[in-house]
Amino acid sequence: MKPILQVKHLSASFGESLAVRDVSLDFYPNTVTAIIGPSGCGKSTFIRCLNRLHEEVPQASADGSVVLNGKNIYGPGVDPVQLRRKIGIVFQKPNPFPSFSIFDNVAMGLKLAGIKKKYLLYEYVEKSLNQAALWDEVKDKLNAPGLSLSGGQQQRLCIARALAVEPEVLLMDEPTSALDPISTARIEELISVLKKNVTVVIVTHNMQQAARISDFTAFFLLGEMVEEGETSKIFTAPREPRTERYITGRFG
Amino acid sequence: MSERHFDVSLRELKDKLLVMGGYVERAIEYATQALIEFHPEKLKLVYDIEAQVNRLHKEIDEGCVNLLALQQPMAADLRLIVAVLKISTDLERMGDHAVNIADNSGRYLNGPPLKPLIDLPKMATEVRAMVRMSLDAFVQRAETLAREVLVREDLVDSLKNKIFKDVLEYIKSNTKDIEQGLSLILIARNLERVGDHSTNIAEDVIYALTGEDIRHSPRGDGLKEVLKS
Repeated sequence: MKPILQVKHLSASFGESLAVRDVSLDFYPNTVTAIIGPSGCGKSTFIRCLNRLHEEVPQASADGSVVLNGKNIYGPGVDPVQLRRKIGIVFQKPNPFPSFSIFDNVAMGLKLAGIKKKYLLYEYVEKSLNQAALWDEVKDKLNAPGLSLSGGQQQRLCIARALAVEPEVLLMDEPTSALDPISTARIEELISVLKKNVTVVIVTHNMQQAARISDFTAFFLLGEMVEEGETSKIFTAPREPRTERYITGRFG
Repeated sequence: MSERHFDVSLRELKDKLLVMGGYVERAIEYATQALIEFHPEKLKLVYDIEAQVNRLHKEIDEGCVNLLALQQPMAADLRLIVAVLKISTDLERMGDHAVNIADNSGRYLNGPPLKPLIDLPKMATEVRAMVRMSLDAFVQRAETLAREVLVREDLVDSLKNKIFKDVLEYIKSNTKDIEQGLSLILIARNLERVGDHSTNIAEDVIYALTGEDIRHSPRGDGLKEVLKS
């Protein structure tokens, strides 16, 4: 299988401090890759480098290359805003646009992409809300504020918003850590359906979640990638003693 | 770091498995001694032990299921619990074979001995060594020892084949002794199965220690190596 996204010798810093150290990792189409590791290991910084969000932080810098379908996203002439349509992101805390309706939350990205026709917008919004498994719950109140939804629904709204512009890769930074178990289960279920259309990279603190939903797992520690491989292998017989200690809860 | 609750539960489970292993070793010892050294009174002990083995089988399985459900173990912890679960099943089957051996020994001892037993005591010694080694490999987390068990399987198989052949030949010309001959064949057959279960245990120990699944893979010429050493 040919990778859709290839990270080569990626390092990322905040000023003088190196947060990600020389990581190379391939992501394959229609798979879910989980990034696991203790707090401060660089996993969030790493995925923020994958759609150039990291550089938005003052003094932050990244080195190395991230190749999407053969093209380096850090190459000259790449517009980060355009790039983020191809590589979307969902964050830990649901963050719908506060004053926007449910409809406009999803339609915003489409409008920015130049889609103006109302019927087209409606079509895309319905499709995205369906993909995010939220349509049935909100179809009768599309004009209600996004913030009127429950936490789990808000997170699915953010997923619908990311999906609306039809990204190739969806990055998820601990997307369920602020949600109750039922909402978490819905999002996990959703991820396994979504991978038919997009490639998912998910950062998670919850190892059972990584084990349940991902095809591949990468373990990060102190900014380095210690080990990566098939999820079933990593959680039953990891190669590295450091991975073993982390996933069996014996760190420290 | 203080010992985790999980580690304490896991250790208790391992201790229980060792007690079970000890019982099984004794059951096989009594069942074969009864036959070889003409001690029919030892047969009763085999049946008493089997009840204990069955009780521990259930207790260990329950402990494993609880740990899997409540602690969601990963990696080496997960492999160890899976191994314990499988080893306890192997030990339980070995206990059943010990009872079969005891049954047949009892039947054989009802009549006068057919002939001096030579290969059967050899086979019993070999099988008991395999049982002991596989359990030691588990306790000592010794991969090399576990691999040694695997090569001994060939020797046990060849002893069994020899006993089958000798006894068959004997009862062909001594038809009145068919029942006693059959008992010897069944004893050899059950001993061989005990050896097979020791091999399973050794394979599970290797899996628990390394993550490598070596079941159903070619072993090379194990018998020759053992005979050479």
